[in-house]
Amino acid sequence: MGYTLAIDTSSYVLTLAISAEKKIVGEVMTNIKKNHSLRLMPAIDQLMKDVGISANQLERIVVAEGPGSYTGVRIAVTTAKSLAWSLNIPLVGVSSLELMVQTGRYFNGYTVPIVDARRGQVFTSLYKSEHNRMVEIHEDRLRMLGEWLEQLKEVGGPILFVGQDLDLHSEEIRVVLGDQAVFAPHAMSLPRGGELAALGYEKEAVQSVHTFVPRYLRLAEAEAKWQSEQQKVRESND
Amino acid sequence: MKNNELILAIETSCDETSAAVIKNGEEILSNIVSSQIESHKRFGGVVPEIASRHHVEQITLIIEEAMKEAEVAFQDLSAVAVTEGPGLVGALLIGVNAAKAIAFAHDLPLIGVHHIAGHIYANQLVHKLQFPLLTLVVSGGHTELVYMEKDGSFEIIGETRDDAVGEAYDKVARTLGLPYPGGPHIDKMAHEGKPTYDLPRAWLEQDSFDFSFSGLKSSVINNLHNKKQRGEEVIPEDLAASFQESVIEVLVTKTKKAQEQYGVAQVLLAGGVAANKGLRSELQRVFEPSEVELLIPPLNLCTDNAAMIGAAASIKFKQKKFATYDLNGNPGLDLENQ
Ligand SMILES: [Zn+2]
Repeated sequence: MGYTLAIDTSSYVLTLAISAEKKIVGEVMTNIKKNHSLRLMPAIDQLMKDVGISANQLERIVVAEGPGSYTGVRIAVTTAKSLAWSLNIPLVGVSSLELMVQTGRYFNGYTVPIVDARRGQVFTSLYKSEHNRMVEIHEDRLRMLGEWLEQLKEVGGPILFVGQDLDLHSEEIRVVLGDQAVFAPHAMSLPRGGELAALGYEKEAVQSVHTFVPRYLRLAEAEAKWQSEQQKVRESND
Repeated sequence: MKNNELILAIETSCDETSAAVIKNGEEILSNIVSSQIESHKRFGGVVPEIASRHHVEQITLIIEEAMKEAEVAFQDLSAVAVTEGPGLVGALLIGVNAAKAIAFAHDLPLIGVHHIAGHIYANQLVHKLQFPLLTLVVSGGHTELVYMEKDGSFEIIGETRDDAVGEAYDKVARTLGLPYPGGPHIDKMAHEGKPTYDLPRAWLEQDSFDFSFSGLKSSVINNLHNKKQRGEEVIPEDLAASFQESVIEVLVTKTKKAQEQYGVAQVLLAGGVAANKGLRSELQRVFEPSEVELLIPPLNLCTDNAAMIGAAASIKFKQKKFATYDLNGNPGLDLENQ
């Protein structure tokens, strides 16, 4: 039987899981500020040993593709695409935000993931539980939190907020949304490798492993600056 | 059965994504280099975040190309090697994590390589090395004289105290309004001009093999500035020639002195600035009449490439100095104690 390996290092959390079809046979999760690049492959090696399988028994790699920490996402994506390519097996990318909102599967209402992106911005989206599955209503994007909350006011009904960065923003969310806002407890706010494996089991594999890249949802700072300068030059030429 | 030692090598320390397959530490079966320079040009230098993004886009594609060109499969490989440092940390991480994944997937030994060891061992891909030897390492990030008593042993007997040679070239080029990367432009201009400007040479203490280029760089900038203020004409070609003459005189004189003091029979040139024509010909002029053998790698092995990493890795393979899965990108990796 073939196994799925799922990995996520898009935040401080390092999590991975091995599943056999729908059954999770092993999972690891740490929530500490330690180097993912150093720890990811030893963690994979150890979990594989613990569940007693070798690399050639893997038949699918699932990775959380971002948004999140640029470096963190790159570590998981590079590892995942190198494994998938060199083992010649399918690779599945799952949004890091979609992974987070799985907490809301049995919540009667909407779920909003929050990943802090500094300067009042957040990586976020809007999901709703339908028949115990999370359905995307508004896509993953970089948004100004203030404007986003005004927009969320209009959806009606309770909204479950999930994410490790909630402590930074819960005050502002409460001020705007009042009782409409519900906050997931810490224990349910961390991404889980097992959920990632389950999501990846249902999703289509990527067409091309080679061209698979992280979903940054934001240009590199130098690139954004350069583009806005080009824009200014174009405008002054008009 | 593996009759030959075949090493898959990966290099992503700066703005080149490269993979190579090296046979027995000296024969290049493939050496694929994907340069990002076109992308960084508009910023006037390498932007680390953008370099990292490009590496992720390219990494498996370049490795596949290297293996296809070499006509080897994973089961033919003896080991996977990768640049561990120094370099841009985010860029190093891509190569390191790709190498670890491949080593894990195919149960291959993993080897971490020092980037400068790679530059030195690039010479092994063209000529047999004879120890003890001396290498002048010159690049955008390094200016070092490295003494090697035997394979895998590195002693830095001199290094820059401020700017690396390549850095000084780029800064002077920028002052002269030349596009990035400026080194090759200065080299070219220098050949069209005459060294008429009186620029300083930093010899430092009498017995020191260290270098310093920041004073020279400032002197060029001041010269240009003062002349412009006085409305005097500056001949850029002559200024480039004067700058290049000062750099090369110090580099070559110190190399020659170190060669004599350490009594080595082989002197190697290594690193990106080894592409500099002025430096190459001056070294040849100085060492050709002597017994000393001078090795200068071809241009494509001077700039960053994975073949040189594979050549250096071969030494560690023979010494069974393997890395574990906690190998990490190390921007400050020490050459002498790796
Ligand atoms: Zn280099």
